[in-house]
Amino acid sequence: MITFDHVSVRYADAPSPSLHDVTLEIPEGELVLVVGPTGSGKSTLLRTVNGLVPHFSGGTLTGRVTVDGLDTAEHRPRDLATVVGLVEQNPTSTFVTDVVEDEVAYGMETMGLDPTTIRRRVEETLDLFGLTPLRGQSLRALSGGQQQRVAIAALFAAGPRVLVLDEPTSALDPVAAEEVLASLHRIVHDLGVTVVLAEHRLERVVHHADRVLLVDDGHVSELLEPADAMLRSQIYPPVVGLSRLVGWSPTPLSIRDARRRAASLRDALGASTPMAAAGRRLVGREQSVVLDGVRVSRGHRTVIDAIDLTVSRGSVTTLMGRNGAGKSTLLGAIAAQHRLAAGRVRLGAAATDPHATPARERVRTVGLVPQQPELLLYADTVAAECAAADADFGAASGTCRALLDRISGGIDPGTHPRDLSEGQRLALALAVILSGSPEVLLLDEPTRGLDYGAKKRLGEVLTGLAAGGTTVVLATHDVELAAEIADRVVILADGEVVTDGPAREVLASSPAFAPQVTKVLLPQTWLTVAEVAGALARIA
Amino acid sequence: MAQQRARLQHPAAWWLWGLGLATAASRTTNPVVLLLVVGVCVVVVSERHDPATPNPLPAFLVIGGAVLAFRLVMTAVLGNGIVGDTVVVTLPRVPLPEWAANVRLGGAVTLEALLYAAYDALRLAAILACLGAANALASPRRLLRYLPSTLYDVGTAVVVGLTFAPQLLSDARDVRAARTLRGRDGRGLRETARLTVPVLETAFERSLGLAASMESRGYGRAVRTSTSSRRAATGLALAGLVGVLAGLYGLLDASAGGLLGLPVLVLGAVLAGSSLLVGASRDTRSGHRRDRWAWTETVTAAAGAVPATVLVVASVQGWDGVVPSQRAELPALPLLAVVAVLVATIPAWVTPRPREALS
Repeated sequence: MITFDHVSVRYADAPSPSLHDVTLEIPEGELVLVVGPTGSGKSTLLRTVNGLVPHFSGGTLTGRVTVDGLDTAEHRPRDLATVVGLVEQNPTSTFVTDVVEDEVAYGMETMGLDPTTIRRRVEETLDLFGLTPLRGQSLRALSGGQQQRVAIAALFAAGPRVLVLDEPTSALDPVAAEEVLASLHRIVHDLGVTVVLAEHRLERVVHHADRVLLVDDGHVSELLEPADAMLRSQIYPPVVGLSRLVGWSPTPLSIRDARRRAASLRDALGASTPMAAAGRRLVGREQSVVLDGVRVSRGHRTVIDAIDLTVSRGSVTTLMGRNGAGKSTLLGAIAAQHRLAAGRVRLGAAATDPHATPARERVRTVGLVPQQPELLLYADTVAAECAAADADFGAASGTCRALLDRISGGIDPGTHPRDLSEGQRLALALAVILSGSPEVLLLDEPTRGLDYGAKKRLGEVLTGLAAGGTTVVLATHDVELAAEIADRVVILADGEVVTDGPAREVLASSPAFAPQVTKVLLPQTWLTVAEVAGALARIA
Repeated sequence: MAQQRARLQHPAAWWLWGLGLATAASRTTNPVVLLLVVGVCVVVVSERHDPATPNPLPAFLVIGGAVLAFRLVMTAVLGNGIVGDTVVVTLPRVPLPEWAANVRLGGAVTLEALLYAAYDALRLAAILACLGAANALASPRRLLRYLPSTLYDVGTAVVVGLTFAPQLLSDARDVRAARTLRGRDGRGLRETARLTVPVLETAFERSLGLAASMESRGYGRAVRTSTSSRRAATGLALAGLVGVLAGLYGLLDASAGGLLGLPVLVLGAVLAGSSLLVGASRDTRSGHRRDRWAWTETVTAAAGAVPATVLVVASVQGWDGVVPSQRAELPALPLLAVVAVLVATIPAWVTPRPREALS
């Protein structure tokens, strides 16, 4: 279906090619997962399939990419639209119309299908993706998962033989991600569409894949069986980590496969109990964040309703919940980004009211790393950004730079912040905020677009900060990160706290938020591979 | 939850209505008539705004208000050449050197000058309100579906531009909010300058994303002829449009001479029409549930044409009160013009109700 024949891509001014001599053939009707660290060339590989690279992006492509017999060198992306559909990571930026039904019909209209066909396929597609109840809705009123489904449906309706998706679930909560993947599964299995998918959150997708491509530094492996690929890959989901630890073969990819093998492991672990996350560090008695009846309204809608919450000094708390549950708004309210309609917020040892404190002094008490870290970055080099941060926060010169080196070494100070990888950009934004040495550190969705390596480093930095007395509160969909670092998990729904408790209890008892290791070893409540490894070492 | 699809009024009808009302507003400086035009826009939008799209009318009204305030302040400080006797207040005059003798800074502020400025600015505000109303009643993206494929490049630019402007505002808000996280309040000239770059960068990146998405979804593939013939057709269409605009301007602006306007308008219309015909014959795009043109559309377009016709005639014949004097008195009210503007509210009740916002 898709053939790559000695394909290399090099962007202008790039020191090395983004893709290096790729030769492979993807057969029809396969779900191919592209796995690789950030910046390895995954996105470039995906965009060569419909010709956006090099027609739209610039750069030089040597070799030949053919899709369904069409050479991308001779056909522009718009002419390939009947054959290939490309779904971007952030669907909102790609919507061309205002309403769900119009968006689904749009591609077919530009292709000049006759109105009766369009009508029929719009209906079929809406049913297939479960969008019929939403057909007249405004696209902006939909949740993230619904938007992603509309984006896929809109491309699918036009009848392409190939769908290419770049991190379709990284911004979604676990349940919404499951919905999207179920839709994909259905079109691959029932309709024979070829799907090429890149995703960092392997725990969500790897068991859906028929084949896996490993990408590293522009080099692409041949098509691999998922189990073999996971043995070779540098990045792998926790269930594979567990399998590597215990030495299961062949490697199980789904929870179900792993559970079947896990009986002996459960026996071996037997009576030993995991070291409690809270035991890792000393959590003080002082309350560092106190929310009292906090309510936040946006327009006529109450987003946060009467939330009472106290967080101990030096702890790590994760806020979880569906897209649109009010996590970001709650963080914004704590950092005085949103006005309170009612209630009060008190932060830090001095019980500061952030809403009554001028911005200049507020940064000493509370720092927030927003969902898009680039919003915090203004300068045109990393070095200038750090210098500006020192000036902004009145810190000693070099503070921010030292922090950055500690969080993520090896960033060239001459780079433009927008050219950094997602992980490096997050590190820079975190270093900027930490220059103010805030007592309370808030992070909104920090793991979006981060590969496992970057995520692990972030986890270490955050636990290190908590050990030093900083109170960390983060909103995330990433259950594996929560399992690694959280002392406490608070689940929000519709602007209210529905569950609040120690991480182990909350995560293990929630069907949506349980991490993979927990699901494999239930009823025992292990959260991470490291915990299991520690316990096995103690037994042995 | 089965829901009947509500019939939406054809977007072109609303835009014709809006342009008609704007034409009417452009021909008068009578504050009562102009305020009435703004009122009509507000009434119709509050009755028939499509809840599935954002409502840009308030933003347009704010811009109109800002224009008015700016004109008044500038007139007070610099004067506008209108001589009057009724002095409202006398500002301290700044002496200027000989070579700037024609420029006045400070001095007596007369009511006549202020009224002239206010009426003139009000006219602009009313026109802006008409555009805002058309925007709110039928999203330009819907209108764009009817744009002939000859104007492919223009179409892409318009869609990207339409997303760019509102996004720019929300990005600016986000970046300013993020600025407070670095201990700055985001106010003042230097701060604004620092914020410009990230705001523009974010908005540009987003626009590029949208353009890439339109490209990969086949926008513009309908025109599969050679680039040169497409460019020729686009050039022809643009020349035609410019001709139409110049002709309309000539017709509408009495000082440019109405007689010159007509031939240019006809020539432009012929050019534009022929280019669209050529393009349409190659247009393989098809429509999904195109909006129909029914009697309500005709009524809407007519309701916009009535005030336009009446006020153009009124201004050409120089009816009393259409261009009021700047004396400190209530301007005469041309009754027929008032009635004509009120006709434009009819669509607020006869047109189909747009889809209800789902809860």
